[in-house]
Amino acid sequence: MSDTHAESIAFVRESSLPPAAPPDKVGGPLKWVKDNLFPTWANALLTVVALYFLYLLLAGSLPWLLNGVWGASSLSECREVLDGATGACFSVLTERWHQLLFGFKYPSDQYWRPTLALVLLFLAVAPVLFIDLPRKMLLFTGIYPFLAFWLIWGGPIWGPLFALVGVVVGYMVYARLVHNSFAKALAAGLLAAIAVWYVGGFIGDALRPASPLLEAVPSRDLGGFMLNMMLGITCVSLSLPIGIALALGRQSHLPIVKGICVVFIEFVRGVPLITLLFVANVMLAYFFPPGSGVDLFIRVVIMITMFSSAYIAEVIRGGLAALPKGQYEAADSLGLDYAQAMRLIILPQALKISIPGIVNIAVGLFKDTTLVSVISLFDIIGMIRGPILASTDWNGVYWELFLFASVLFFIVCYGISQYSQWLERRLATDHR
Amino acid sequence: MAETAQMQVSDEVAIRINNMNKWYGAFHVLRDINLTVHRGERIVICGPSGSGKSTLIRCINALEEHQKGSIEVDGTLLSSDLKNIDKIRSEVGMCFQHFNLFPHLTILENCTLAPIWVRKTPKKEAEETAMHFLEKVKIPDQANKYPGQLSGGQQQRVAIARSLCMRPRIMLFDEPTSALDPEMIKEVLDTMIELAEEGMTMLCVTHEMGFARQVANRVIFMDEGQIVEQNEPEAFFNNPQSPRTQLFLSQILGH
Repeated sequence: MSDTHAESIAFVRESSLPPAAPPDKVGGPLKWVKDNLFPTWANALLTVVALYFLYLLLAGSLPWLLNGVWGASSLSECREVLDGATGACFSVLTERWHQLLFGFKYPSDQYWRPTLALVLLFLAVAPVLFIDLPRKMLLFTGIYPFLAFWLIWGGPIWGPLFALVGVVVGYMVYARLVHNSFAKALAAGLLAAIAVWYVGGFIGDALRPASPLLEAVPSRDLGGFMLNMMLGITCVSLSLPIGIALALGRQSHLPIVKGICVVFIEFVRGVPLITLLFVANVMLAYFFPPGSGVDLFIRVVIMITMFSSAYIAEVIRGGLAALPKGQYEAADSLGLDYAQAMRLIILPQALKISIPGIVNIAVGLFKDTTLVSVISLFDIIGMIRGPILASTDWNGVYWELFLFASVLFFIVCYGISQYSQWLERRLATDHR
Repeated sequence: MAETAQMQVSDEVAIRINNMNKWYGAFHVLRDINLTVHRGERIVICGPSGSGKSTLIRCINALEEHQKGSIEVDGTLLSSDLKNIDKIRSEVGMCFQHFNLFPHLTILENCTLAPIWVRKTPKKEAEETAMHFLEKVKIPDQANKYPGQLSGGQQQRVAIARSLCMRPRIMLFDEPTSALDPEMIKEVLDTMIELAEEGMTMLCVTHEMGFARQVANRVIFMDEGQIVEQNEPEAFFNNPQSPRTQLFLSQILGH
């Protein structure tokens, strides 16, 4: 009986089945077209309709693009060359590219300075963006803001040099004392830096050369796409650390710190950026000591940074909230203090979660820098709407100019977006 | 085994809890807890869910704050002073139900992080220690993987190794096997048994009664935030005194 039983029900696998290869993929371009474009009648119809619209779009724009005139010196000359045919008048770009890129007052023999600053920018941000590069490159990243300031604004080298020395001395004092108390070290570092800046100011005045190595360019002479890039890069790199501080402050158990952060974030988020820019233009001067004459560029940077740091703080708060409570507890149970737990455990994970949101705000902020054109700064949009369209030569060339501005912005924003996707893949360690 | 276990317990007090009380809002979670743990003792805490057993051991390393009474760990009185708390936490290792490994760090980095930053151990030395303990929990070959690539049992063993790298004098286990498949429970329990045999002072919240019988020198039964009964494992399982304990044991051992 046991035999029959064994044969009818019990089963023992004596060797495991060998792993088999998946079935061959039957493919080829024709099959792809059939599967993806014409799988059913309804889908085939949609494909045809979509192709028709694509045709309309290209039929409208391609002749205009390809038939463009590049060599004329004014819009009327363009029209003569075209002689009634459809075509763009790209001559405005070849004629006025320097104004679109650098503004209309930046001395044209000095264009190499901002260009060099842009090239060096890639070197400076590389170690920040690509964590696999040697950490020693961060040294140049630290020097870069002062170098770029000197290159773009020119003037005596003493200003940026003493600013840099002040930061270095402040940091050294801070690093010396931080083992005892974070707050005392921070205060001492700040005091040391301010002392160096103060003394440096006198030395710089005394050493002021008759003609500086680089010709000084005042802020109101900056313009064009250069101004957008400068505002965008400065404000993004300032608002990220401030946003992190605000997000952590909002989670703090200290009621005053928390209160300040909440009020700041809620106030700034509740006000349109353009209002803040008008405040920067007109009102902010009242808050600084009379006669200090804080530069309009700096005032605008302060306002845009305030605005975007409040948004970034909220995105990071979302990332912090998404972390399981166990991560905080594990860090605590190992004896890490607050700063270590945040820096080593919490923020790396929270920031990784927040990357899409932060990039969203960075891209938005970069495009919002065009709003400065309403407070009569001549960024690329200000240049187009002001000096270029107002000139008799180019009055009426809208499409070409705004297309050019769009392409510039698209290149930068698409680059940021692609980078962030690469970064997310690079940091993916959860293997979900 | 039970005899050698008894031998290892010294008179030195590792943890002394006096009249400790804790409330969540108005809810009284822990009521008049008195507990003295000697160096080398292995204590298993069991009880129905919501009885406060996890809260009790989480109070010992200040993951939860108690409102009344005192907790003394290795002679240090637990107060709201952050320096005291950090000192106690670096001496007391803890393993969680959900492992709580750091998913953005490799296994080796998980193990070396706290020694490097809290103990200021040189990186190389910390890595050697980490490899030593990873070998002890039998997963040195996974050192460069990320936690997400490991099975639950392996992750929990890494969590134990991570705690051991801080060379703790006391280990707390908060339901270390409750989130694991039956096949993986054994590998984690084996690691814990090995640890117990080396004389580590351990407090385990667990429902693994076989483990309690084999390893514990004391079993504590909690209900409604109070210690209802505590005894040596033999006496506790064979001859429970309070009706609540009898009911609990009949329910978990009954099938």
